[in-house]
Amino acid sequence: MTAQVTLTHALEVEDLRVNTLAGSPVLKGVSYSIAPGEVLALVGESGSGKTTAGLAALGHFRRGLAPAGGTVTANPRDGQSVEVLGLAERRRRALRGHTLSYVPQDPALSLNPALRIGLQIAEVLEAHGYGASDDERSARVAEVLGEVGLPADEDYQRRYPHQLSGGQQQRVGIAMAFACRPSVVVLDEPTTGLDVTTQTLVLRTVSELTTEHGVAALYITHDLAVVAAIADRVAVMRGGEIVESGTVEEVLRRPSHSYTRELVDAVPDLDGGGELPTPDADAATLRVTDLSVSFGEHRVLSDVSLTVHSGECLLLLGESGSGKTTLSRCVAGLNDDHSGSVELDGTALAASTRRRSADQLRAVQYVFQSPYSSLNPRRTIAQSVEVPLEMLTDLDRAQRRERVGQTLDKVRLSRELAQRLPDQLSGGERQRAAIARALVTTPKVLLCDEVTSALDVSVQATIIDLLCELRAELGTAMVFVTHNIALARHVADRIAVLRGGEIVETGPVDDVLSDPRHEYTRQLLANTPRM
Amino acid sequence: MSRLIIRRLLVSLVVLWLVSLLVFVATLLLPGDPARAILGQQATPDRIAALQAQLNLDAPVWERYLSWLGGVFTGDLGTSAATQGPVNDLLGDRIGASLVLLVTAAVLSTLVGLALGTWSAVRRGRAADHTVSGISLVIAALPEFVIGVALIVLLSTTVFPLLPSVTLAPPGEPVWSQPLQLILPVLTLTLVVTPYITRMMRATMSEVLDSGYVEMARLKGIPERTVLTRHALPHAIGPVAQVIALQLAWLAGGVVVVEFLFRYPGVGQALIDAVNNRDVEVVQAITLLIAAVYIVVNLLADIVGIVTNPRLRTEVSR
Repeated sequence: MTAQVTLTHALEVEDLRVNTLAGSPVLKGVSYSIAPGEVLALVGESGSGKTTAGLAALGHFRRGLAPAGGTVTANPRDGQSVEVLGLAERRRRALRGHTLSYVPQDPALSLNPALRIGLQIAEVLEAHGYGASDDERSARVAEVLGEVGLPADEDYQRRYPHQLSGGQQQRVGIAMAFACRPSVVVLDEPTTGLDVTTQTLVLRTVSELTTEHGVAALYITHDLAVVAAIADRVAVMRGGEIVESGTVEEVLRRPSHSYTRELVDAVPDLDGGGELPTPDADAATLRVTDLSVSFGEHRVLSDVSLTVHSGECLLLLGESGSGKTTLSRCVAGLNDDHSGSVELDGTALAASTRRRSADQLRAVQYVFQSPYSSLNPRRTIAQSVEVPLEMLTDLDRAQRRERVGQTLDKVRLSRELAQRLPDQLSGGERQRAAIARALVTTPKVLLCDEVTSALDVSVQATIIDLLCELRAELGTAMVFVTHNIALARHVADRIAVLRGGEIVETGPVDDVLSDPRHEYTRQLLANTPRM
Repeated sequence: MSRLIIRRLLVSLVVLWLVSLLVFVATLLLPGDPARAILGQQATPDRIAALQAQLNLDAPVWERYLSWLGGVFTGDLGTSAATQGPVNDLLGDRIGASLVLLVTAAVLSTLVGLALGTWSAVRRGRAADHTVSGISLVIAALPEFVIGVALIVLLSTTVFPLLPSVTLAPPGEPVWSQPLQLILPVLTLTLVVTPYITRMMRATMSEVLDSGYVEMARLKGIPERTVLTRHALPHAIGPVAQVIALQLAWLAGGVVVVEFLFRYPGVGQALIDAVNNRDVEVVQAITLLIAAVYIVVNLLADIVGIVTNPRLRTEVSR
């Protein structure tokens, strides 16, 4: 059977080994193969080596990495099969963009900001001598723009990347990859960072192009729900090895490896969700009334009102640019240029943190999106967690130490980790530290701004569990800001859907998910991929 | 884009006006009375008063400022107290001579700096890169007079007696009539400025070469030369232009020392003479001139920055 399959595969990677220049292994013998028209998903957490494995298919290795063995064989549709790693750099270059192409993770970084998008597509064609004349090439540019669902006219081609939205930029990236009608396309997390509606569009474009032109696609991702939506087969990577592979049905429904099972369980599901603590529904802890914010001409929030009870969690859902972060910053007093009021337990809070009392500051705390940039890199975790106590309480040193210790126990960070600097911790551990810093003042309201979006799925699951436990234990009111509606049942009691600075729908999670009133919510639900 | 540039232009004019104020006030604060300085210690009070009247020194400060500023606008920089001739005549040839020095050094160091920096960045981590970095660091650490003296010792004394160590052009004859005498001053200025441009270009270029779009261009199979010229260089030029501007502005001031060292008949020499003679009008004119060069060069750098950045270029049309 193997011999027969070999002939039909567009890309075969055998026992690929990649080391750092210092000699430590990054890929420890990775093998996979993809047939024309097939989508293979390569799944794994950050650092599992999936991007390295994808780039190796183009014979490209990032700075500091070098191949240490194995073969990468490409079988172009119309030509001789070649072993990519054995080729000289010149011959590899001729394959890249022509037979083997690549769609990058972040189009905002990968499109040249100083070149018009038309030129960036046309130069692939030029470099590989596609077509006989300039006319033929520009016709192909227009055609491929049409294929990815973008306008093909001259004006559009003369735009710069910053004049496009994120989804449009990514489709330009896909157009570049498909311009020369390649045999193999490597897509490196092409939808990470896009909102669900755009993600659906991009996924549809990719699967249309691959089936229509018989392109073999390697789809690198950490999102198992996306895998279920697009892939034919899955390979799960961990620590530089493929631990399990098979059809999507097999791997996602009946995972055999324990790590795959862990991954599958960690994926938040719209229908899933464990038991949530029941809030006391008496007095509203946090009440926001008619909050409006404008940046210059641009109105970011208009007349937003919401309430959160103690012990309750409100999921503030919105896509990028919907104003959800601005809203939480206003509540925290980090954005004082707004109209409307923010009340805590019936007392109005000043717009700026500078004019809030220590009590009020202790009562509202904020956890930021990225644990990589919100902790001072020169302070140990224990020192960082102690800062709010130094600033906002009269506790003496010993009392503060004790409180820091208790809080770190609550977020399950060991005392030994607490003496380390942030860059010696993993992303999940850092986010726990950031949560500890917010909880150390025993706040009444905890604002969590996209706290899991920079983390891997399995880490996300543990952080969410932790937040739910803490909420039950401490009775804190929580505002959980996110773009991921799939998290709703896992964390929240109520949802407020924010769009274009307005709350378009609000209500208990079950009601909103089972019977969405607003068109936008329905659209979000329809576009959220399910496993 | 034009709105941005016009705004920068207006800001530059305001800065220039502020500088003119500063220059004027600074010369007021110079110790000693110009009239006494010209006439010497033995002058009688009558003669000093007469000269003060002639120099308009007894008028109120603001009136003297306005008449001076009016002169600057109409191209009349006043009368030199030392030579009793118009400042314009005194400076005319010297500005030309200094410009020859500045422009040659600027063009040379910019070209060499950009080329060396790029070359070094492409060969990052290899021997060639370490050599360029090491040598440029050593040269950057030397002040201009040390470099100048070292060059004189090396090239115009006993070691290799090839070039003249001082400028020998007779007065009235343009300096470039004997090109050999230009080499050492130009070389000194170039050596002082090039290391900074090289190092900045290397740093910026390295960063750009690590960027996502350069990696993407390589993954599209674009030839390496096109990757460099089309994708990398335009992004490196903007930030480096700021450093080049700073360096060229420094040249305008650094030329004073180098001209003095090589006895070169430019504005630097003139400035030193004028300060020694307490020739206020000349000092004012030259300081204003050097400040203007600073401002113009920085303005040019800003414009290069705007033009090479499509975000700024298309800001208005968005």
